[in-house]
Amino acid sequence: MTYLKRTLRVGFAWLEAGFDRIFTPACNPLYHLGALGFLYYWVVVASGFYLYIFFDTGLTEAYDSIESITYQQWYLGGVMRSLHRYASDGMIAMMAIHMLREFALDRYRGARWFTWFTGLPILWMVYAAGISGYWLVWDMLAQYIAIATTEWLDWLPIVGGTIARNFLNPERLDDRFFTLMVFMHIFVPLFLLFVLWIHLQRVTRPTFNPPRMLAGGTLLMLLVLSLLKPAESQPRADLDVVPSQVGLDWFYLPAYPLMDIWSNGAVWALAAIGTLLFVLLPWLPPLRRAQAARVDLDNCNGCTRCADDCPYAAIEMRPRSDDRPFEREAVVADSLCVSCGICVGSCPTSMPFRRATELVPGIDLPDLALRELRDRVDAAAAALTAGPRIVVFGCAHGVDPESLSGPAVAAIRLPCIGMLPPSFVDYVLSRNRADGVMLTGCSAGECHNRFGVDWTLARLNRTRDPRLRNRVPTQRIATLWTAPVEVWTHHRRLADFAERLQGLAATEARDDAEKAAE
Amino acid sequence: MSKLLMLVGQVIVYGGIAMWLGYFANSPVYTHLSPDKALIKLSIVHTAQRKGECRRRTAEELAAMPPNMRTPLDCPRERLPVLIEILLDGETIYRESLVAAGLAHGGKTRAYARFPVSAGEHMLVARMVDSARSVGYDYEHSARITLSPRENFVIDFRAETGGFRFVEPPDDA
Repeated sequence: MTYLKRTLRVGFAWLEAGFDRIFTPACNPLYHLGALGFLYYWVVVASGFYLYIFFDTGLTEAYDSIESITYQQWYLGGVMRSLHRYASDGMIAMMAIHMLREFALDRYRGARWFTWFTGLPILWMVYAAGISGYWLVWDMLAQYIAIATTEWLDWLPIVGGTIARNFLNPERLDDRFFTLMVFMHIFVPLFLLFVLWIHLQRVTRPTFNPPRMLAGGTLLMLLVLSLLKPAESQPRADLDVVPSQVGLDWFYLPAYPLMDIWSNGAVWALAAIGTLLFVLLPWLPPLRRAQAARVDLDNCNGCTRCADDCPYAAIEMRPRSDDRPFEREAVVADSLCVSCGICVGSCPTSMPFRRATELVPGIDLPDLALRELRDRVDAAAAALTAGPRIVVFGCAHGVDPESLSGPAVAAIRLPCIGMLPPSFVDYVLSRNRADGVMLTGCSAGECHNRFGVDWTLARLNRTRDPRLRNRVPTQRIATLWTAPVEVWTHHRRLADFAERLQGLAATEARDDAEKAAE
Repeated sequence: MSKLLMLVGQVIVYGGIAMWLGYFANSPVYTHLSPDKALIKLSIVHTAQRKGECRRRTAEELAAMPPNMRTPLDCPRERLPVLIEILLDGETIYRESLVAAGLAHGGKTRAYARFPVSAGEHMLVARMVDSARSVGYDYEHSARITLSPRENFVIDFRAETGGFRFVEPPDDA
């Protein structure tokens, strides 16, 4: 499992690095798979509404009405039908890659089990909606699916074994069948919205829409595909004839050949085992979780910044439980906390300058306390033997900062770059621990902990609390956000940064000399 | 990377996704049944005879029962298993003894099976035993049939109309 995950992770990392260059990190499709899934969903819904206006329920009318939509108004109805089909397939594709990527990045265990778990009914419902849609066309493919599905359902003893008899010959089938299927095809996607809402309950600030450029590109791609290769029906269904060869939609129907090759019972077993495995995966094995963040009430003034910044809704502000003169206090839900440390970075009491009293912020990570972080910075900076001296703060999910260490570079690894309070940058520079500070982490737009990069940039740009103090010379700060495989970019940027710092030093020396001469 | 190269890259990626979606939306074609074959489909729902004899209730027994439940016959619930045999050109292609549905086996007996066969002329025989007899069959039907390629030929059963029905598609199918 670990090997599989690592292989997938490396594969995704290379793909992401390539897409970062082609699309820019902000529009990288791999960082917006969930939002792209939503986009495809809305295309399916919108095109479905249009098709429903012209769709006729009936044994012969269904096929005729769809043929009419496809050919008589190919310029709109035909395009809508194609969009309906390809967007449905796109939705499956996005869901599959989304799941695979979350699995590879280990974002399905621990506090994230709930989101993974609620993805399962979404998967089943999308399949149910898609397959019922294929029935409605009532062509040879629909006939094949209808018979195979009912035979599969009949395998269950509780069903009674008589559903497939409805498709024995034409005299047994009536128009009510289409009414039932239309109801299912509309009701299931509507209910799906509700399940999607549950799916995102533990995700703060979820992204529903992809960036405009990406959405525009995706829609254009679907439109061009619909015009070049319009979706068409297969020959009209005829229960007197066996659909011997069918063009399957392999996104929705890959299990159907298995019903022929194996048996219906085996496919039920596959579905049951697959479902069970999916449900149990977050605990196979369970994530060895770092200790959750701890609130120190003596230092917490209930400012709410940690609750605002937490990407997992793991911090709640509650009425004060002690006698300090503040309205609220932060309370951490251990089961939701992933120990990313973003809350520590957001806390205004995370001040490394504090020496008179022990450095204990309002909220801290037991496994990497802020005091320990300051000690590490001091020790690593003191060991630098060459110049210009640079302290690199790196995220554990990006390029390994240790790989950048050297005589002039001290690397400090953090669970997330968002854990770094901006005061640490001030501390390193103003206390002359180094000549420059470099911050690195996950690719912009795809922070492993969702908002670590965004919040860090906003703090450095002084647009989000806690802000970098104005006295800090920003020319001595460098940031780099890339996919974890881009080690060469880091070395290049580090060399550029060192050169810049040398230039700054030379300029400052010249300025000092001029001042002395005056 | 220059804007032109980015654009070319995006066109390649979107093109690749479009090809992926466009191709696998209905390709490759799956052969469910070889086009030169026909399908014989057996589908039966039948209530077999009861396992035991019905007994006429005595007047005393009836008087002891609630008025709305005074049925003259006391019949065992369980039904006999149904034996079904299908022979094609003298060869047995299906032979199953099927128990009735339900915990007490008091429901209907159901059979469903598919037999892909080569198109052409065949001798088809269907037989059923739904009683306690040990010799012979309660229902039997045979016919020489001609199956065309991809034909869906149904073996149905309706006891009220005499038993087995071989349902062939109309000639213009």
